[in-house]
Amino acid sequence: MTELGRSLSRRDFFRLGAVAGPTSLVAACGWDGGPVLQPRLQAFSRINDWIGEKVLFSPGRPAREYPLSARTPVQNFPMYSITYNRTGSFPSPDILRDWSLQIGGLVRNPMRLTLQALETLPSLTYTVKHHCVEGWTAVATWTGVPVSTVVALVEPKAESRYLRFDSFDSRYYNGWDLASAMHPQTILAYAYNDRPLTMGRGAPLRLYSPVKLGYKLTKYLTAMSFTRERPGGYWEDQGYPWFGGV
Amino acid sequence: MGSASEPAIASATSGRRPLVKRYAGLVRLTHWLNAVFLVGMIASGLQIYNAYTHFGLRNDPLDLPNPLDGNPMPQWARLGGWLAGGLNWHFALAWPFVATGLLYLGFLAFSGEWRSLLFRPRDIAPAVQMQLYYLRLRKDHPQQGKHNALQKAAYTFIVALGAIATLSGFAIYQPVQLAWLTALFGGYELARYWHFLTVWLFVGFTLLHVALVFLVDPASLRAMITGWYRGRFPSHD
Repeated sequence: MTELGRSLSRRDFFRLGAVAGPTSLVAACGWDGGPVLQPRLQAFSRINDWIGEKVLFSPGRPAREYPLSARTPVQNFPMYSITYNRTGSFPSPDILRDWSLQIGGLVRNPMRLTLQALETLPSLTYTVKHHCVEGWTAVATWTGVPVSTVVALVEPKAESRYLRFDSFDSRYYNGWDLASAMHPQTILAYAYNDRPLTMGRGAPLRLYSPVKLGYKLTKYLTAMSFTRERPGGYWEDQGYPWFGGV
Repeated sequence: MGSASEPAIASATSGRRPLVKRYAGLVRLTHWLNAVFLVGMIASGLQIYNAYTHFGLRNDPLDLPNPLDGNPMPQWARLGGWLAGGLNWHFALAWPFVATGLLYLGFLAFSGEWRSLLFRPRDIAPAVQMQLYYLRLRKDHPQQGKHNALQKAAYTFIVALGAIATLSGFAIYQPVQLAWLTALFGGYELARYWHFLTVWLFVGFTLLHVALVFLVDPASLRAMITGWYRGRFPSHD
Protein backbone atom coordinates (compact mmCIF):
# COMPACT_ATOMS: atom_id res chain seq x y z
CA MET A 1 0.00 0.00 0.00
CA THR A 2 1.27 3.50 -0.78
CA GLU A 3 2.07 6.19 1.77
CA LEU A 4 -0.81 8.17 0.38
CA GLY A 5 -3.15 5.25 0.78
CA ARG A 6 -2.00 4.66 4.33
CA SER A 7 -2.54 8.23 5.48
CA LEU A 8 -5.92 8.37 3.79
CA SER A 9 -7.13 5.25 5.46
CA ARG A 10 -5.99 6.48 8.87
CA ARG A 11 -7.83 9.75 8.44
CA ASP A 12 -10.88 7.90 7.25
CA PHE A 13 -10.64 5.62 10.23
CA PHE A 14 -11.05 8.61 12.52
CA ARG A 15 -13.95 9.83 10.42
CA LEU A 16 -15.64 6.48 10.90
CA GLY A 17 -15.02 6.82 14.62
CA ALA A 18 -16.83 10.15 14.60
CA VAL A 19 -19.94 8.38 13.28
CA ALA A 20 -19.63 5.13 15.18
CA GLY A 21 -18.83 6.79 18.51
CA PRO A 22 -22.18 8.48 19.16
CA THR A 23 -23.99 5.44 17.73
CA SER A 24 -22.41 3.08 20.21
CA LEU A 25 -22.90 5.56 23.03
CA VAL A 26 -26.61 5.56 22.30
CA ALA A 27 -26.66 1.78 22.45
CA ALA A 28 -24.51 1.57 25.55
CA CYS A 29 -25.56 0.68 29.05
CA GLY A 30 -29.25 -0.06 28.64
CA TRP A 31 -29.98 3.62 28.20
CA ASP A 32 -33.70 4.54 28.27
CA GLY A 33 -33.38 7.84 26.43
CA GLY A 34 -32.97 10.06 29.47
CA PRO A 35 -35.27 12.86 30.63
CA VAL A 36 -35.25 14.53 27.20
CA LEU A 37 -35.85 11.65 24.79
CA GLN A 38 -37.94 9.35 27.01
CA PRO A 39 -41.09 11.58 27.01
CA ARG A 40 -40.71 12.07 23.25
CA LEU A 41 -40.55 8.34 22.68
CA GLN A 42 -43.78 7.95 24.64
CA ALA A 43 -45.35 10.73 22.60
CA PHE A 44 -44.25 8.93 19.44
CA SER A 45 -45.83 5.76 20.80
CA ARG A 46 -49.21 7.56 20.48
CA ILE A 47 -48.63 7.70 16.71
CA ASN A 48 -48.19 3.94 16.70
CA ASP A 49 -51.38 3.67 18.79
CA TRP A 50 -53.18 5.63 16.10
CA ILE A 51 -51.76 3.40 13.34
CA GLY A 52 -52.68 0.31 15.36
CA GLU A 53 -56.24 1.48 15.86
CA LYS A 54 -57.05 3.24 12.57
CA VAL A 55 -54.89 1.42 10.02
CA LEU A 56 -54.06 -2.08 11.23
CA PHE A 57 -57.09 -3.04 13.33
CA SER A 58 -60.02 -4.65 11.48
CA PRO A 59 -63.09 -4.56 13.79
CA GLY A 60 -64.64 -7.70 12.32
CA ARG A 61 -61.57 -9.88 11.76
CA PRO A 62 -61.65 -12.87 14.12
CA ALA A 63 -58.50 -14.29 15.64
CA ARG A 64 -57.77 -17.89 14.68
CA GLU A 65 -59.30 -20.59 16.91
CA TYR A 66 -57.41 -23.72 17.93
CA PRO A 67 -58.47 -27.29 18.71
CA LEU A 68 -58.66 -28.28 22.40
CA SER A 69 -55.58 -30.45 21.85
CA ALA A 70 -53.51 -27.31 21.24
CA ARG A 71 -54.13 -25.99 24.77
CA THR A 72 -51.04 -25.07 26.74
CA PRO A 73 -50.78 -27.23 29.89
CA VAL A 74 -52.26 -25.29 32.81
CA GLN A 75 -48.98 -25.29 34.73
CA ASN A 76 -47.22 -23.68 31.73
CA PHE A 77 -49.62 -20.73 31.46
CA PRO A 78 -48.39 -18.31 34.11
CA MET A 79 -50.72 -16.76 36.68
CA TYR A 80 -49.91 -13.19 37.43
CA SER A 81 -51.25 -10.24 39.39
CA ILE A 82 -49.88 -6.99 40.75
CA THR A 83 -51.06 -7.97 44.26
CA TYR A 84 -49.17 -11.25 43.97
CA ASN A 85 -46.01 -9.45 42.83
CA ARG A 86 -46.23 -7.16 45.85
CA THR A 87 -47.40 -9.52 48.62
CA GLY A 88 -46.74 -13.04 47.40
CA SER A 89 -50.43 -13.98 47.40
CA PHE A 90 -53.32 -13.43 45.01
CA PRO A 91 -56.22 -11.14 46.01
CA SER A 92 -58.37 -12.66 48.74
CA PRO A 93 -61.46 -14.67 47.68
CA ASP A 94 -63.44 -12.92 50.47
CA ILE A 95 -64.39 -10.27 47.93
CA LEU A 96 -66.34 -12.82 45.88
CA ARG A 97 -69.19 -13.06 48.45
CA ASP A 98 -70.96 -9.86 47.48
CA TRP A 99 -69.17 -9.10 44.23
CA SER A 100 -70.92 -7.49 41.29
CA LEU A 101 -69.79 -5.67 38.15
CA GLN A 102 -70.68 -2.02 38.02
CA ILE A 103 -71.31 -0.63 34.54
CA GLY A 104 -71.60 3.13 34.28
CA GLY A 105 -70.09 6.35 33.05
CA LEU A 106 -71.59 7.85 29.90
CA VAL A 107 -74.51 5.39 29.56
CA ARG A 108 -78.31 5.68 29.60
CA ASN A 109 -78.88 2.61 31.80
CA PRO A 110 -76.13 2.19 34.38
CA MET A 111 -76.40 -1.20 36.07
CA ARG A 112 -74.85 -3.72 38.41
CA LEU A 113 -74.55 -7.28 37.23
CA THR A 114 -73.94 -10.22 39.56
CA LEU A 115 -72.01 -13.23 38.34
CA GLN A 116 -75.29 -15.19 38.23
CA ALA A 117 -76.84 -12.50 36.03
CA LEU A 118 -73.84 -12.52 33.69
CA GLU A 119 -74.00 -16.31 33.43
CA THR A 120 -77.58 -16.16 32.17
CA LEU A 121 -76.58 -13.93 29.23
CA PRO A 122 -75.63 -15.62 25.93
CA SER A 123 -72.03 -16.80 26.25
CA LEU A 124 -69.13 -17.36 23.88
CA THR A 125 -66.44 -20.05 24.23
CA TYR A 126 -63.27 -20.10 22.15
CA THR A 127 -59.76 -21.59 22.21
CA VAL A 128 -57.27 -18.95 21.14
CA LYS A 129 -53.65 -17.90 21.40
CA HIS A 130 -52.60 -15.48 24.11
CA HIS A 131 -49.82 -13.03 23.19
CA CYS A 132 -47.80 -11.59 26.06
CA VAL A 133 -45.83 -8.38 25.47
CA GLU A 134 -42.78 -10.26 26.77
CA GLY A 135 -42.81 -12.43 23.66
CA TRP A 136 -44.31 -15.70 24.90
CA THR A 137 -47.55 -17.26 23.76
CA ALA A 138 -49.98 -19.82 25.20
CA VAL A 139 -53.23 -21.40 24.04
CA ALA A 140 -56.30 -21.66 26.28
CA THR A 141 -60.09 -21.88 26.22
CA TRP A 142 -62.08 -18.96 27.59
CA THR A 143 -65.84 -18.62 28.23
CA GLY A 144 -67.72 -15.41 28.86
CA VAL A 145 -70.22 -12.78 27.75
CA PRO A 146 -69.25 -10.61 24.75
CA VAL A 147 -68.63 -7.03 25.86
CA SER A 148 -70.84 -5.98 22.93
CA THR A 149 -73.79 -7.80 24.57
CA VAL A 150 -73.37 -5.84 27.80
CA VAL A 151 -72.84 -2.60 25.87
CA ALA A 152 -76.23 -3.11 24.19
CA LEU A 153 -77.87 -3.42 27.64
CA VAL A 154 -76.46 -0.20 29.07
CA GLU A 155 -76.78 1.92 25.90
CA PRO A 156 -73.73 4.20 25.85
CA LYS A 157 -74.31 7.87 25.05
CA ALA A 158 -73.13 9.28 21.72
CA GLU A 159 -70.20 11.13 23.30
CA SER A 160 -68.62 8.04 24.90
CA ARG A 161 -65.43 7.07 23.07
CA TYR A 162 -63.50 4.84 25.48
CA LEU A 163 -64.04 2.12 28.03
CA ARG A 164 -62.27 1.96 31.34
CA PHE A 165 -61.95 -1.40 33.14
CA ASP A 166 -61.18 -1.34 36.88
CA SER A 167 -60.15 -4.16 39.20
CA PHE A 168 -59.54 -5.02 42.85
CA ASP A 169 -55.92 -6.01 41.99
CA SER A 170 -53.95 -3.14 43.56
CA ARG A 171 -55.84 -0.61 41.43
CA TYR A 172 -54.84 -2.28 38.17
CA TYR A 173 -56.88 -0.79 35.34
CA ASN A 174 -56.95 -0.47 31.56
CA GLY A 175 -58.36 1.95 29.00
CA TRP A 176 -59.72 0.59 25.74
CA ASP A 177 -60.88 2.02 22.43
CA LEU A 178 -64.53 1.16 21.77
CA ALA A 179 -63.82 -0.65 18.48
CA SER A 180 -61.57 -3.23 20.17
CA ALA A 181 -64.03 -3.60 23.07
CA MET A 182 -66.87 -4.24 20.58
CA HIS A 183 -64.82 -6.86 18.70
CA PRO A 184 -66.93 -10.06 18.60
CA GLN A 185 -64.23 -12.00 20.50
CA THR A 186 -63.79 -9.49 23.32
CA ILE A 187 -65.53 -11.05 26.32
CA LEU A 188 -66.07 -10.72 30.06
CA ALA A 189 -64.71 -14.16 30.87
CA TYR A 190 -65.72 -16.27 33.87
CA ALA A 191 -64.17 -19.59 32.85
CA TYR A 192 -60.68 -20.74 31.86
CA ASN A 193 -60.34 -24.19 30.21
CA ASP A 194 -64.02 -25.00 31.03
CA ARG A 195 -63.72 -24.23 34.79
CA PRO A 196 -64.66 -21.14 36.77
CA LEU A 197 -61.75 -18.72 37.13
CA THR A 198 -59.51 -19.31 40.12
CA MET A 199 -58.07 -16.38 42.10
CA GLY A 200 -54.80 -16.81 40.16
CA ARG A 201 -56.61 -16.30 36.86
CA GLY A 202 -58.55 -13.19 37.82
CA ALA A 203 -61.71 -14.51 39.53
CA PRO A 204 -64.56 -13.95 39.41
CA LEU A 205 -64.53 -12.07 36.10
CA ARG A 206 -61.82 -10.85 33.76
CA LEU A 207 -61.58 -9.19 30.40
CA TYR A 208 -60.35 -11.44 27.61
CA SER A 209 -59.67 -10.85 23.92
CA PRO A 210 -57.31 -12.49 21.41
CA VAL A 211 -56.86 -9.14 19.63
CA LYS A 212 -54.94 -7.50 22.50
CA LEU A 213 -51.70 -8.15 24.38
CA GLY A 214 -52.12 -9.78 27.81
CA TYR A 215 -51.54 -6.61 29.83
CA LYS A 216 -54.68 -5.04 28.29
CA LEU A 217 -56.84 -7.88 29.67
CA THR A 218 -57.95 -6.63 33.08
CA LYS A 219 -58.38 -9.37 35.70
CA TYR A 220 -60.45 -9.21 38.93
CA LEU A 221 -62.95 -6.82 37.31
CA THR A 222 -65.01 -4.48 39.47
CA ALA A 223 -66.23 -1.82 37.05
CA MET A 224 -66.61 -0.91 33.44
CA SER A 225 -67.16 2.77 32.60
CA PHE A 226 -67.69 4.64 29.37
CA THR A 227 -65.69 7.86 29.08
CA ARG A 228 -65.13 10.77 26.75
CA GLU A 229 -61.43 11.16 27.68
CA ARG A 230 -58.91 8.42 27.05
CA PRO A 231 -58.22 6.41 30.22
CA GLY A 232 -54.60 5.31 30.74
CA GLY A 233 -53.73 2.02 32.37
CA TYR A 234 -51.52 0.50 35.05
CA TRP A 235 -48.65 -0.37 32.70
CA GLU A 236 -49.63 2.11 29.99
CA ASP A 237 -49.10 5.00 32.44
CA GLN A 238 -45.55 3.74 33.00
CA GLY A 239 -44.69 3.74 29.29
CA TYR A 240 -46.12 0.58 27.73
CA PRO A 241 -47.93 1.12 24.40
CA TRP A 242 -51.53 2.15 25.05
CA PHE A 243 -53.26 0.40 22.15
CA GLY A 244 -51.54 -2.97 22.65
CA GLY A 245 -53.28 -4.65 19.71
CA VAL A 246 -51.91 -7.77 18.04
CA MET B 1 2.36 -3.96 -5.23
CA GLY B 2 5.66 -5.87 -4.99
CA SER B 3 8.37 -3.56 -6.37
CA ALA B 4 10.30 -1.30 -4.03
CA SER B 5 10.08 1.69 -6.37
CA GLU B 6 6.28 1.65 -6.56
CA PRO B 7 5.53 3.93 -3.57
CA ALA B 8 7.75 6.64 -5.04
CA ILE B 9 5.92 6.48 -8.35
CA ALA B 10 2.50 6.40 -6.79
CA SER B 11 3.15 9.38 -4.57
CA ALA B 12 4.17 11.55 -7.51
CA THR B 13 1.08 13.51 -8.58
CA SER B 14 1.39 12.34 -12.19
CA GLY B 15 1.07 8.71 -11.09
CA ARG B 16 -1.94 9.18 -8.80
CA ARG B 17 -4.98 7.10 -9.33
CA PRO B 18 -7.86 8.98 -10.89
CA LEU B 19 -10.32 10.71 -8.60
CA VAL B 20 -13.84 9.65 -9.50
CA LYS B 21 -17.26 10.54 -8.16
CA ARG B 22 -18.59 7.28 -6.81
CA TYR B 23 -21.54 7.63 -4.42
CA ALA B 24 -24.47 9.98 -4.84
CA GLY B 25 -25.43 12.12 -1.85
CA LEU B 26 -28.61 10.14 -1.29
CA VAL B 27 -26.69 6.86 -1.15
CA ARG B 28 -24.24 8.25 1.39
CA LEU B 29 -27.02 9.77 3.50
CA THR B 30 -29.14 6.62 3.56
CA HIS B 31 -26.05 4.46 4.21
CA TRP B 32 -25.07 6.30 7.38
CA LEU B 33 -28.64 6.83 8.56
CA ASN B 34 -29.20 3.12 8.09
CA ALA B 35 -26.08 2.35 10.14
CA VAL B 36 -27.39 4.43 13.06
CA PHE B 37 -30.98 3.09 12.84
CA LEU B 38 -29.77 -0.51 12.52
CA VAL B 39 -27.67 -0.21 15.70
CA GLY B 40 -30.71 1.25 17.48
CA MET B 41 -33.08 -1.43 16.14
CA ILE B 42 -30.74 -4.23 17.20
CA ALA B 43 -30.01 -2.80 20.66
CA SER B 44 -33.70 -2.11 21.42
CA GLY B 45 -34.60 -5.51 19.93
CA LEU B 46 -32.17 -7.25 22.29
CA GLN B 47 -33.81 -5.35 25.17
CA ILE B 48 -37.20 -6.74 24.07
CA TYR B 49 -35.76 -10.25 23.65
CA ASN B 50 -34.53 -10.09 27.25
CA ALA B 51 -38.11 -10.23 28.53
CA TYR B 52 -38.42 -13.82 27.28
CA THR B 53 -35.19 -15.50 26.18
CA HIS B 54 -36.77 -18.59 24.60
CA PHE B 55 -38.55 -19.43 21.36
CA GLY B 56 -41.82 -21.32 21.08
CA LEU B 57 -45.01 -21.48 23.10
CA ARG B 58 -44.53 -20.95 26.83
CA ASN B 59 -42.45 -23.86 28.21
CA ASP B 60 -42.74 -25.61 24.84
CA PRO B 61 -39.50 -24.74 23.02
CA LEU B 62 -39.22 -24.81 19.24
CA ASP B 63 -37.07 -27.61 17.90
CA LEU B 64 -34.55 -25.16 16.45
CA PRO B 65 -31.06 -24.24 17.62
CA ASN B 66 -30.63 -21.19 19.85
CA PRO B 67 -27.21 -21.10 21.51
CA LEU B 68 -28.41 -18.04 23.42
CA ASP B 69 -31.45 -19.79 24.94
CA GLY B 70 -32.08 -18.62 28.50
CA ASN B 71 -29.22 -16.11 28.40
CA PRO B 72 -30.03 -12.46 29.03
CA MET B 73 -28.33 -9.97 26.72
CA PRO B 74 -25.56 -7.90 28.32
CA GLN B 75 -26.57 -4.43 29.40
CA TRP B 76 -24.12 -2.66 27.07
CA ALA B 77 -25.88 -4.21 24.07
CA ARG B 78 -29.38 -3.05 25.08
CA LEU B 79 -31.30 0.14 24.46
CA GLY B 80 -34.37 1.25 26.39
CA GLY B 81 -33.58 0.39 30.02
CA TRP B 82 -36.59 -1.94 30.42
CA LEU B 83 -39.12 -3.72 28.23
CA ALA B 84 -41.40 -0.70 27.72
CA GLY B 85 -38.41 1.51 26.87
CA GLY B 86 -37.09 -1.09 24.43
CA LEU B 87 -40.50 -1.34 22.76
CA ASN B 88 -40.82 2.43 22.43
CA TRP B 89 -37.34 2.77 20.90
CA HIS B 90 -37.95 -0.19 18.57
CA PHE B 91 -41.34 1.05 17.34
CA ALA B 92 -40.08 4.64 16.96
CA LEU B 93 -36.93 3.69 15.02
CA ALA B 94 -38.75 1.10 12.90
CA TRP B 95 -40.44 3.76 10.74
CA PRO B 96 -37.31 5.79 9.82
CA PHE B 97 -35.44 2.48 9.36
CA VAL B 98 -38.05 1.32 6.83
CA ALA B 99 -38.31 4.78 5.24
CA THR B 100 -34.53 4.95 4.76
CA GLY B 101 -34.56 1.52 3.14
CA LEU B 102 -37.41 2.48 0.79
CA LEU B 103 -35.72 5.78 -0.10
CA TYR B 104 -32.52 3.90 -0.96
CA LEU B 105 -34.37 1.28 -3.03
CA GLY B 106 -36.33 4.04 -4.77
CA PHE B 107 -33.08 5.75 -5.67
CA LEU B 108 -31.60 2.50 -7.03
CA ALA B 109 -34.66 1.92 -9.18
CA PHE B 110 -34.91 5.51 -10.40
CA SER B 111 -31.20 6.03 -11.16
CA GLY B 112 -30.56 2.60 -12.67
CA GLU B 113 -27.83 2.01 -10.06
CA TRP B 114 -29.48 -1.29 -9.23
CA ARG B 115 -27.74 -2.73 -12.29
CA SER B 116 -24.33 -2.58 -10.61
CA LEU B 117 -25.68 -4.05 -7.35
CA LEU B 118 -28.25 -6.74 -8.15
CA PHE B 119 -26.81 -10.24 -8.24
CA ARG B 120 -28.12 -12.07 -11.31
CA PRO B 121 -27.52 -15.56 -12.74
CA ARG B 122 -24.81 -14.21 -15.05
CA ASP B 123 -22.83 -13.16 -11.94
CA ILE B 124 -22.43 -16.75 -10.77
CA ALA B 125 -19.31 -17.55 -12.86
CA PRO B 126 -17.51 -14.26 -11.99
CA ALA B 127 -18.42 -14.86 -8.33
CA VAL B 128 -16.65 -18.23 -8.46
CA GLN B 129 -13.55 -16.54 -10.01
CA MET B 130 -13.61 -13.89 -7.30
CA GLN B 131 -13.86 -16.54 -4.61
CA LEU B 132 -10.87 -18.38 -6.17
CA TYR B 133 -8.90 -15.13 -6.01
CA TYR B 134 -9.74 -14.64 -2.33
CA LEU B 135 -8.75 -18.26 -1.64
CA ARG B 136 -5.42 -17.51 -3.44
CA LEU B 137 -6.20 -20.17 -6.04
CA ARG B 138 -6.10 -17.49 -8.69
CA LYS B 139 -3.26 -14.94 -8.83
CA ASP B 140 -4.64 -11.85 -10.55
CA HIS B 141 -7.65 -9.86 -9.31
CA PRO B 142 -10.47 -10.53 -11.83
CA GLN B 143 -11.70 -7.64 -13.92
CA GLN B 144 -14.63 -5.92 -12.30
CA GLY B 145 -16.88 -2.94 -12.60
CA LYS B 146 -17.95 -0.76 -9.73
CA HIS B 147 -18.58 -3.87 -7.65
CA ASN B 148 -17.38 -7.42 -8.14
CA ALA B 149 -19.77 -10.37 -8.31
CA LEU B 150 -19.27 -11.31 -4.66
CA GLN B 151 -20.01 -7.77 -3.63
CA LYS B 152 -23.19 -7.89 -5.71
CA ALA B 153 -24.16 -11.11 -3.93
CA ALA B 154 -23.49 -9.50 -0.55
CA TYR B 155 -25.40 -6.30 -1.33
CA THR B 156 -28.33 -8.19 -2.80
CA PHE B 157 -28.36 -10.44 0.26
CA ILE B 158 -28.37 -7.51 2.69
CA VAL B 159 -31.30 -5.78 0.96
CA ALA B 160 -33.23 -9.08 1.04
CA LEU B 161 -32.30 -9.46 4.72
CA GLY B 162 -33.62 -5.97 5.43
CA ALA B 163 -36.91 -6.94 3.78
CA ILE B 164 -37.13 -10.21 5.76
CA ALA B 165 -36.32 -8.42 9.02
CA THR B 166 -39.04 -5.85 8.32
CA LEU B 167 -41.69 -8.37 7.28
CA SER B 168 -40.97 -10.79 10.14
CA GLY B 169 -41.09 -7.77 12.46
CA PHE B 170 -44.60 -6.89 11.26
CA ALA B 171 -45.55 -10.57 11.55
CA ILE B 172 -44.80 -10.61 15.28
CA TYR B 173 -46.13 -7.07 15.82
CA GLN B 174 -49.58 -7.91 14.41
CA PRO B 175 -50.03 -11.70 14.38
CA VAL B 176 -53.86 -11.38 14.32
CA GLN B 177 -54.40 -8.38 12.03
CA LEU B 178 -51.65 -9.53 9.63
CA ALA B 179 -52.29 -13.25 10.22
CA TRP B 180 -51.51 -14.04 6.54
CA LEU B 181 -48.03 -12.54 6.94
CA THR B 182 -47.42 -14.36 10.22
CA ALA B 183 -48.53 -17.61 8.55
CA LEU B 184 -46.02 -16.96 5.75
CA PHE B 185 -43.25 -17.14 8.34
CA GLY B 186 -44.71 -20.33 9.84
CA GLY B 187 -46.67 -18.73 12.70
CA TYR B 188 -45.86 -16.30 15.51
CA GLU B 189 -43.24 -18.39 17.31
CA LEU B 190 -41.25 -19.14 14.15
CA ALA B 191 -41.58 -15.57 12.90
CA ARG B 192 -40.05 -14.39 16.18
CA TYR B 193 -37.20 -16.86 15.65
CA TRP B 194 -36.52 -15.64 12.08
CA HIS B 195 -36.67 -12.04 13.27
CA PHE B 196 -34.03 -12.83 15.92
CA LEU B 197 -31.90 -14.70 13.36
CA THR B 198 -31.79 -11.62 11.11
CA VAL B 199 -30.06 -9.78 13.97
CA TRP B 200 -27.05 -12.11 13.84
CA LEU B 201 -26.95 -12.07 10.04
CA PHE B 202 -26.90 -8.25 10.18
CA VAL B 203 -24.12 -8.36 12.79
CA GLY B 204 -22.11 -10.88 10.74
CA PHE B 205 -22.57 -8.92 7.53
CA THR B 206 -21.53 -5.66 9.18
CA LEU B 207 -18.35 -7.16 10.69
CA LEU B 208 -17.36 -8.67 7.33
CA HIS B 209 -18.34 -5.48 5.47
CA VAL B 210 -16.19 -3.25 7.70
CA ALA B 211 -13.27 -5.71 7.69
CA LEU B 212 -13.25 -5.88 3.87
CA VAL B 213 -13.44 -2.10 3.56
CA PHE B 214 -10.24 -1.73 5.58
CA LEU B 215 -8.43 -4.79 4.22
CA VAL B 216 -9.30 -4.56 0.52
CA ASP B 217 -10.44 -1.06 -0.41
CA PRO B 218 -9.96 1.58 2.32
CA ALA B 219 -10.50 4.34 -0.24
CA SER B 220 -14.15 3.31 -0.48
CA LEU B 221 -14.69 4.57 3.09
CA ARG B 222 -13.69 8.07 2.03
CA ALA B 223 -15.96 7.67 -0.99
CA MET B 224 -18.92 6.72 1.22
CA ILE B 225 -18.34 9.90 3.25
CA THR B 226 -17.39 12.50 0.59
CA GLY B 227 -18.63 10.76 -2.53
CA TRP B 228 -15.15 10.87 -4.16
CA TYR B 229 -13.10 7.77 -4.76
CA ARG B 230 -9.38 7.43 -5.45
CA GLY B 231 -8.55 3.75 -5.13
CA ARG B 232 -7.84 0.42 -6.74
CA PHE B 233 -11.19 -0.03 -8.50
CA PRO B 234 -12.00 3.26 -10.21
CA SER B 235 -14.03 1.92 -13.14
CA HIS B 236 -17.80 2.10 -13.48
CA ASP B 237 -20.11 -0.32 -15.17
